[in-house]
Amino acid sequence: MKTAFFQAKFENLDSIREYVGLGAKDAGFNDSDIYAVQLAADEACSNIIEHAYGNDDTGLLECSYSFDGEYLVLTFKDYGCFFDPTSVSDPDLTSSLEQRQIGGLGLFLIKNLMDDVQYESHGEAGNVLTLKKRLRV
Amino acid sequence: MDITTQQFKHCDLVSVKGRIDSYTAPKLGEAIEAINNAGRYKIVLDLSELEFMSSAGFRTMLLGQRNCKRYNRGEIVLASLPKRTREALDLTGFTPLFKTFDDQVEAVGNF
Repeated sequence: MKTAFFQAKFENLDSIREYVGLGAKDAGFNDSDIYAVQLAADEACSNIIEHAYGNDDTGLLECSYSFDGEYLVLTFKDYGCFFDPTSVSDPDLTSSLEQRQIGGLGLFLIKNLMDDVQYESHGEAGNVLTLKKRLRV
Repeated sequence: MDITTQQFKHCDLVSVKGRIDSYTAPKLGEAIEAINNAGRYKIVLDLSELEFMSSAGFRTMLLGQRNCKRYNRGEIVLASLPKRTREALDLTGFTPLFKTFDDQVEAVGNF
């Protein structure tokens, strides 16, 4: 398993995407799935930065990835507020321009781009979001 | 991310180069707002050099489209939408909210 630490701020999203992109590339994912992994990681970290840490940009974001030959497993750990992304309902994707919801899109993307999404809170020991993506051969 | 804007007689062209995420999306929002503040609402968003767009970019485009389309005064259309971004827009049901064109010339000609 490889792990990197990032300060929880939006300007680090570029580095986070690059980091998980390397993991997906090393695992043998095709370009389309590498992009999917990067997009899901971006959405996950954007939510953590915005919701778990709010305006505190000194928070820590721990990103790890591993590959077991079948699944690339990404984990994102934070020590901010409890926020369970799996509890958020899907946005209405058919509503008109005026009615269209602004929030919830990131989570919807994560759930649709990845094969498995899990969230655990360990109180002061941190919150862990685990995303899995299967290697398509 | 770099944004360049160019004013034509019938519309404004906004060209985006690089990546749009939660960090850079506000810059796109500001570019669209500046055009709207000049009383102009017909905008071509050229995405031929876009490398990445997250939902932060989708939200910015949605808010921009709402403002431009109000009172039928204009709209935002997309030119040269990269494949990956098109797939993500399809997935989130955003495709029907924007006209898309194969290239900048066609998009500008639409207005």
